[in-house]
Amino acid sequence: MPVPDALEFFIDPGRCIGCQACIQACTECDTHKGQSMIQLDYVDRAHSTQTVPVVCLHCDSPTCAEVCPADAIKRTEDGIVQTARKPRCIACNNCVLACPFGVPKMQTKMNLMMKCDMCYDRTSVGLKPWCASACPSQALAFGTREEMARLRPHAKPVNTFQFGRQTIRTKVNIMVPRDAPTDIVDVTASMHEPTIGREILDDVFMERPDGGDA
Amino acid sequence: MPEAALREPSRSSTRRQVIAPVAWGAGATLVLSVLILVGSRNLAHFDAALVGYTFSVLFATFGLTYRYAMWLQRPPTAMYWRRGWQAFLRPGWRRRNAGMWFRRVAEDVVANRFIFARNRLRGLTHMLIMWGCLIAVAITFPLVFGWLHFRPVPGDLSLYEAVAFGFPAFRFPHDSAIAFFLFHGLVWASFLVIAGVMLAVRRRMRDEGAAAVQRFAEDFMPLILLFAVSLTGLMLTASYTWMGGYAYTFIAILHAITVIGTFLWLPFGKFFHIFQRPAQLGVGFYKDAGRAQALAHCRRCGHAFSSRMHIEDLIEVEHQLGFTYEIPGDDGHYQWICPRCRRASLAMAQGALWRGRRGGTPLPDTRPLPMPVHVNPGLRQGPLGVEDADNFYP
Repeated sequence: MPVPDALEFFIDPGRCIGCQACIQACTECDTHKGQSMIQLDYVDRAHSTQTVPVVCLHCDSPTCAEVCPADAIKRTEDGIVQTARKPRCIACNNCVLACPFGVPKMQTKMNLMMKCDMCYDRTSVGLKPWCASACPSQALAFGTREEMARLRPHAKPVNTFQFGRQTIRTKVNIMVPRDAPTDIVDVTASMHEPTIGREILDDVFMERPDGGDA
Repeated sequence: MPEAALREPSRSSTRRQVIAPVAWGAGATLVLSVLILVGSRNLAHFDAALVGYTFSVLFATFGLTYRYAMWLQRPPTAMYWRRGWQAFLRPGWRRRNAGMWFRRVAEDVVANRFIFARNRLRGLTHMLIMWGCLIAVAITFPLVFGWLHFRPVPGDLSLYEAVAFGFPAFRFPHDSAIAFFLFHGLVWASFLVIAGVMLAVRRRMRDEGAAAVQRFAEDFMPLILLFAVSLTGLMLTASYTWMGGYAYTFIAILHAITVIGTFLWLPFGKFFHIFQRPAQLGVGFYKDAGRAQALAHCRRCGHAFSSRMHIEDLIEVEHQLGFTYEIPGDDGHYQWICPRCRRASLAMAQGALWRGRRGGTPLPDTRPLPMPVHVNPGLRQGPLGVEDADNFYP
């Protein structure tokens, strides 16, 4: 059964609190039992608590599938880019290196690439993916556009990304301000921006120059 | 959509792309036909009753070679094919590579080690089906091509003689254990295949993950074909052993239909992986070569994340496919950014759009930027294996 058209995935990294609930929930998925496909990183571990959760964004024209020499990655009619077909994947790493969002993982021992398939066993029957079900801050959310518009009146979903000269459209949306001047998220333009946070002092008992507490 | 995909290929290039695989397919079929003629001593030992099987194998040979040649034309496949052979035949590495080839064939092909790593029951399933099919092919193909036949030894009718390519190979008593074992080789093969098919169907009926993504033509059709071939083959044995040849002709035709159908299906469905899969041996040598060469360093965080050769090859493949990941300035190409920094960049790009609305202050700009790290590399939440760790979580 295909994933219902009305239901979509929305990512808002700015809401992520780094709780790892998505990672734990992801291991429950039947299509990759016991392995988490969520990529959750600290952007700058030493200076910031900013975390970024990334699931597969399911590109319209997936680079991972195009560069696969074994033709192992298939996109279903409902726009889900499935994990590598097990009989075909030759573990070459092309998809891992080529994915513009850094999503696939390589399980060398199994000679197999593994990636998020949006919990196809659940979403194809109208259920929420595990990560979106477990995410307490709804940085990872799954529902209708109407629900999102009601719950997040100041944000809008965008699914077009710019990488240098390459434009990529995806099935999964990322949330940007409703009045943002653009409907394209230019990833490479912000690539060298430092993380957002506060300076953390090494010595927490040290007095700050402005007289405040560390 | 990549630009190349939007461009209409010219009629002459399309014709060229088809003509070469057709020529390869015709050539392979011709070579096999000649081998059948030579091996059967100009059809002297060819069993006319098996002519349908012979033609279906010839068709499968054409189809498989055609599809393989088409597959090799895809830019990433062509690149890996070329690079795999270059890595294997690299001067100074040939002896070591030859040894590694035997080791990898033993571990991956013969022992299915990587499938057992996925799941032990799955490994057993594949092992049973694979060895059942290999034994069956090893027995039937030489018989069908007239390369092997058996005859009574003149002067001693208690002995049977195996003749390979027209040359006497070995003799054995026709009522001995070895004769029983040899003449029932296909029965043993069918036992292995049926057991494997039952395990595979059991998994597909019980596993919700498999049920979500499986397709009839891709996943069930091969199992049905293998089961039909094995069952009708066993029915032949049952007919002549215990039922006085009851319905033998009908079962023989039924068996022929299932076998020929399987051969005709070989180039199109899941069975093609049998011929595609050995490419992983080439990948192994390519990775070995990459590890011995210069590493690629991420142009955002400065850390090594893959072999330079791999990144350069991927840039070329992406260019051939019509992708335009080139970045103006020092970064040059998005392929020089490591997967971790790509994920961080996505967050930074989204954060930049929210700047001034959600609070937080950008920290001082220090280049190269720190390498993002996985929140919890333990508990199997980080890298999936040694290579994943080497490449992406140094």
